[in-house]
Amino acid sequence: MHMAEYVSTAGFSWFPLWNSLRIALISSILVFFLGIFSAHLVSRLPKVVKGIVDAVLTLPMVLPPTVCGYFLILIFGVRRPIGQWLAQYGIRFVMTWYGGIISSVTVALPLMYRTARGAFESFDSTLAQAGQTLGLSNTYIFWRIRMPACRQGILAGIVLAFARALGEYGATSMLIGYTPGRTATISTTVYQLWRTNDEAGAMFWVLVNLAISAVVLLAVNLLEDRQKKAVKQHAP
Amino acid sequence: MRLEVDIQKALGAFSLHASFSCENGITGLLGPSGCGKSLTLKCIAGIERPDKGRIVLDGRTLFDSEKHICLPPQARNTGYLFQNYALFPNMNVRQNILCGLRKEKDRKKKEQFLEEMLRLMQLTDLQRLRPHQLSGGQQQRTALARILASRPALLMLDEPFSALDAHLRLKLQIELKDLLHTLDLPVLMVTHDRDEAYHMCRSIAVMDHGFLIPPRPTKELFSDPGSLCASRLTGCKNHSRARKISEYELEALDWGIRLRTAKPLRDDLCMVGIRAHYFHPSCRDNRFPVTFVREMEEPFEWVIQFRTDRQEKSSENLWWRLPKDRRPQQFPEELGIAPVNVLPLYPEETGGTEADPAFAEK
Repeated sequence: MHMAEYVSTAGFSWFPLWNSLRIALISSILVFFLGIFSAHLVSRLPKVVKGIVDAVLTLPMVLPPTVCGYFLILIFGVRRPIGQWLAQYGIRFVMTWYGGIISSVTVALPLMYRTARGAFESFDSTLAQAGQTLGLSNTYIFWRIRMPACRQGILAGIVLAFARALGEYGATSMLIGYTPGRTATISTTVYQLWRTNDEAGAMFWVLVNLAISAVVLLAVNLLEDRQKKAVKQHAP
Repeated sequence: MRLEVDIQKALGAFSLHASFSCENGITGLLGPSGCGKSLTLKCIAGIERPDKGRIVLDGRTLFDSEKHICLPPQARNTGYLFQNYALFPNMNVRQNILCGLRKEKDRKKKEQFLEEMLRLMQLTDLQRLRPHQLSGGQQQRTALARILASRPALLMLDEPFSALDAHLRLKLQIELKDLLHTLDLPVLMVTHDRDEAYHMCRSIAVMDHGFLIPPRPTKELFSDPGSLCASRLTGCKNHSRARKISEYELEALDWGIRLRTAKPLRDDLCMVGIRAHYFHPSCRDNRFPVTFVREMEEPFEWVIQFRTDRQEKSSENLWWRLPKDRRPQQFPEELGIAPVNVLPLYPEETGGTEADPAFAEK
């Protein structure tokens, strides 16, 4: 079956694309702040505590995503204490599209955290100290000196996290399952279509995913080139 | 204006003990790398926290362990010129200097002061450049402009010339000295370079193994270093164990000679130092027979190693430096030394703890 034909079939919906994008975008924003916050926090902890917190934060990267998903069900399952407590306020992370944000954040956070931590650790601390002696506030130093100096690392981290969130399958399928039009994402759709022998459909969504990834990576490269050029233009 | 410091800090096996005061003008902190010079500056700036003691600047208490006062660096109003200048790489020269002016709320005054700083530091044409596009000297001027813009009550310079090429150093030392003289500020300058300290500083505090010997006028320190550590740091090459014989005479035990001195000796005399430049073949005083060992040619001087006839076998050769035009045809059989150039050395009043020097300056 041809791609154009597939799009015009009766049951077709763009929902998985829209759902994947909103989950990936919101997760990326959360991961950005959480990752920077935890990296900043960990870099100030005493050595022993640092090792432990570091291991906990990195764990989702080395665990199979399905195991992460299992843990998430243990925490947010409707019969679990936290799940029940949240349910009082009408919040349910199981089998809802925004549950996908929880699973994506869990799996993508270590990528952001580790790259950001690497960037912070290579940051020349005399810059911050110079800022302090000049009377600059710590908030100003963080956002206007430390962050720009670590921009490359943080940008790399956020791109990795976005790509990971977009491609998240294991934990997401455990937590929110696959309900067409409600929780289906691109990756769960690909699996579902392939499983039901809809090869053209699976291929279609594979190509959509490829296209998004290509656009993101190209955008990052363009951004970096522009920054390099901007620096060159100022040269004498 | 006056700075008073009396602080102690332990870092592993290393311990810092610095007690001194200084007023307007340049005071040097001279010491080998790893002796705690930068750490002292960082404690004053508030980047490091001393274990105990107090720091008072212009009557303002910056730190007092007993009264539990420890102002954050932002509130101390001290200027710190870092070894690598610590310019913010994401900002151009102008923006960097503006960082020192953020306290100034009046926009017109701010602009005026900025222009003044750019002009004073000859940075007007460079104001749109990023730090990595500047030469070492321009970076130093930018960093200074940024500090002066924040109107500090104290200026601290951490090895200000170490990041510069050797041929630029002297030129910039002269320029910086002229600039600093126009400021009415106490300036603390950390260096391990004896010539730099001699050019720039009105008085010098010598530091070794975390222990600071309070500042003395520069010329006085060089003519009478008083302790082995000060003698070494001011560049004296020849040292021998010594004991007092009479009020004006000592015996240099390693060299097997007796030397007369210009000033009366104290009983606790332990070492004697003689600078390599001060031996003279025709000097009538303190003559002793010598044997030539080897010589080395430098562009403008000869460096000669020799031994005295009754020198201890295990002790090191002595050094003699002399300008090329004063080199005798034959190596003299005897050398002399004027009593005023015999440097009596005493134990340091309170010894710092011996420690691994690599530990200290981080």
